Amino acid sequence: MTIVWTLTIIMVIVLLLVLTFGSNLAKASSKELRALEAQPEGASDDSFVEEAYKVNLKKGFDISLTGEAPTPFDGIEQVRSATYALKPKDFEGMMPIPKVIPEAGTHVKAGDPLFFDKKRPDIMYVAPVSGEFIEIRRAEKRSIAEVVILADKEGVQYREYTLPDLKTASQAELVGFLLGSGVWPFIRQRPYDVVADHNEMPKAIFVSTFDTAPLAPNLNFAVQGKDAEFQKGLDVLNCLVPNVHLGLNGKGKPADAFANAKGVHRHQFSGQHPAGNVGIHIHHIDPINTGDIVWYLDVHAVILIGTLFTKGIYDTERVIALTGSETPNPRYIRAHQGVNLESFFRDVETETTETVKTKDGDKTITKPLVRIVSGDLLTGKKVKKDGFLGFFDDQVSTANEGDRYELFGWLVPQTGHPTISRTFPNGFFPKVKYPADTNTNGEKRAFVVSGQYESVLPMNIFPQHLMRAIQANDFERMEGLGLLELSEEDIAICEYVCTSKQPLQQILRKGLNMMREQG
Amino acid sequence: MGIFDVKFWKKIEPSKDNKFLHATYDAFFTLFFKQNEITGERSVHVRDAMDLKRTMIFVVLALQLCYVFGAYNIGHQHFLAIGQHTGIMEGFHLKLIFGIMQILPIFVVANVVGLGIEFYFAANKGHAVEEGYLVSGALIPLIMPPDVPLWMLALAVIFGVLLGKEAFGGTGMNILNVALLARVFIFFAYPTEISGDGPWVAALGLGAESGVMEAQYSWMHTMFNPIFSMMGLSTFHDGTPVIEAFSGATPLAIGYLEGWEQVNAATGEVTGGIVASYTPAQMFMGGIPGCIGETSKPAIIIGIVMLLITRIASWRIMLSMALGTALTGMLFNVWDATPFMEVPWYQHFSMGGLLFALAFMATDPVTASGTNTGKWIYGFLIGFFGMVIRVMNPAYAEGWMLAILLMNVFAPLIDHYVIESNISKRMKRSK
Repeated sequence: MTIVWTLTIIMVIVLLLVLTFGSNLAKASSKELRALEAQPEGASDDSFVEEAYKVNLKKGFDISLTGEAPTPFDGIEQVRSATYALKPKDFEGMMPIPKVIPEAGTHVKAGDPLFFDKKRPDIMYVAPVSGEFIEIRRAEKRSIAEVVILADKEGVQYREYTLPDLKTASQAELVGFLLGSGVWPFIRQRPYDVVADHNEMPKAIFVSTFDTAPLAPNLNFAVQGKDAEFQKGLDVLNCLVPNVHLGLNGKGKPADAFANAKGVHRHQFSGQHPAGNVGIHIHHIDPINTGDIVWYLDVHAVILIGTLFTKGIYDTERVIALTGSETPNPRYIRAHQGVNLESFFRDVETETTETVKTKDGDKTITKPLVRIVSGDLLTGKKVKKDGFLGFFDDQVSTANEGDRYELFGWLVPQTGHPTISRTFPNGFFPKVKYPADTNTNGEKRAFVVSGQYESVLPMNIFPQHLMRAIQANDFERMEGLGLLELSEEDIAICEYVCTSKQPLQQILRKGLNMMREQG
Repeated sequence: MGIFDVKFWKKIEPSKDNKFLHATYDAFFTLFFKQNEITGERSVHVRDAMDLKRTMIFVVLALQLCYVFGAYNIGHQHFLAIGQHTGIMEGFHLKLIFGIMQILPIFVVANVVGLGIEFYFAANKGHAVEEGYLVSGALIPLIMPPDVPLWMLALAVIFGVLLGKEAFGGTGMNILNVALLARVFIFFAYPTEISGDGPWVAALGLGAESGVMEAQYSWMHTMFNPIFSMMGLSTFHDGTPVIEAFSGATPLAIGYLEGWEQVNAATGEVTGGIVASYTPAQMFMGGIPGCIGETSKPAIIIGIVMLLITRIASWRIMLSMALGTALTGMLFNVWDATPFMEVPWYQHFSMGGLLFALAFMATDPVTASGTNTGKWIYGFLIGFFGMVIRVMNPAYAEGWMLAILLMNVFAPLIDHYVIESNISKRMKRSK
């Protein structure tokens, strides 16, 4: 009998060993995180960090598409359109009908308030250019879709500001100025990924200086010639919250303005998409815990704030990339926020009509041909050919509408879509570029495949279990599984690779909204 | 162009009021054509080319060699039993046709019954037919003994699909592996059909006149006789008696009763038309009695390679299960209390259904652990329990089916602890 007991004990020991081994593996995935936690304590006291902390992200997937905007060697063309618009729907969580301030027909200057959210009346949303405020375009249930300005023919008239002195201004004064000046909506917060709440100060501000989304613009061009403005913008943020983190691209060479930024903590991230997402940076630098608030801005917003504080003008001009396989002449341009896209896509046929004979007589059906998206193809919003650029967007993408049947399309060893699956020959060659199309490549199914989301999301989070918790309205689990750390743009790559074609971004937003309502 | 033309499919689309008909139509239409569905405005605008159909069909493709070899081996075992064509290539046409004719009804019954239930539930619940059963339907014939009665198979499939899957909400929701559930049904309800020495050889019956076991062919076999004789090949002959020394025992059964010595006793030579025991090479290559798909290890290994290269199955589960098996096997070698414990641990891999279970059963993503850490634990414990059941179980020398079903039940628990640890880490961080 003794031998039986000995062996049983040995087996138990082996089992325990395996369990420890397993939990170590789990820890390994958050190794980068721990490496960062080990950074010197004094680092946050010293605002001039000399050394950039490096994070290597192994998980992720770069979607290679054709239609990249080429490097603008000959300078970037300035483009103006006849009309510009702000779209209240760009702001997550805003009331459907915000209060519009000016009367139709009034002339507004760049920086003059256009509307505010009735729930948060302190935050002003202001005109991106000067001109005549001509109309409010409405969508379903009278909600406001677009607030349109007919721009001045020549030049831009700017609203005059009395700038606060950065050296003497209190935090409250600064916040008050930013709220009224129209800059505030550029400051967004995590959790919930909405325009920041000015009543609660964050523990840190994050700025990502690179974008890894498909066909995303190289932000080095955006900051070209604006080094001083960018630095000034960072200084302003530093006055607001003296804990600003800058995420630098570890793969390419960051622009000097980014690499030599002063007064901020710099961190280098290398990896595939979503390595450039600010949510990933926050997760690895200073993760959001329950009760924490973190603010983040994009590079354009920092430049805009810097311009406001150096030149005293609200200048929304930014570098925008026109990209995508269906975009005529993909390129970088300089344009103001809310620019009308019609001049770029005038010759693009976005839909066609067909006449079909049915029992009840002839019917015309519209078939979509090309989709124009303000933003990138993972998180952007579909716009009409004569639509306007979104508030936060610095990219316009196009894709073929995949509205067609394909004989055994799911079975054949075809190429044609970037894929992580090695059941396709091109799964082995992730660098080959393909024109994008919007076919779902399969029908929606229950969650079946496991481990897929984890393989592309460089965070210590279980997306599939989180999604199930949201679907089950289990608040405690949602929070515990890291809902507050995520935003739609982080989960978008998981949605891209999803075999079951689940709408992850929608599910996540539902969870975030539920959580936000709970408070 | 008939079924290869979208217009044809559009024309024959049945009314949506007839739910069952429409679900069936939809299942076949989507099988022929990738649909023209486009991404929504509030989601990603582009999507990966991968979908569930392709995932499933690649598992089915990985099984194809097992099918080919399985079919051949059914015939081979049959002719070994009656002492004809005992060489591997002798009577190849007879063995293949015999095997195909044996496997075809099994495949048809398993799929018609299973898909029928699947279609019915899809129609009733108003969702599309999901592809899960494509794989189950391909796996079930391979884990059945060649001589399984079809009505029994049909009952097993109904049990597996109804109770194992639809009761839990369909594909993606099931807790237990559907294919194994079908097998376990036969295992407990009709144990003689799936264990012992009898069921591994097909088409033997008690001769009415001779009173001994003899080969009995049906029209499905004999209809090929004219073709074969026309081509000058040997044909099926009814009534050849089973040779006396034939046992039909699997290596597992021999090993269980008499230890490795006996399994390994023969040199692999065929004496008197029988192979009483098996060399390691034979056990590895196949050509031994067993379930249809489990005997040929090279065929399974090619399937494994395919699953691993395409990353469809989890390498974590496969590796940890192999580790668990090997470690437990070594422990048994050290223990050495029964004859079966003497079997060298590495020989266990070429006995019985271990490799097949490792490749195709344990890796089912729905019933396995969903977290990467969980997969390591899940796989290892399958290896451990599978070996314990195989070696220590007094009645039945095989354990993978039971071990996997057991761990299927525990997989959510393993995941729960992995996830709780993630949650508690996050909660601790916030303090």
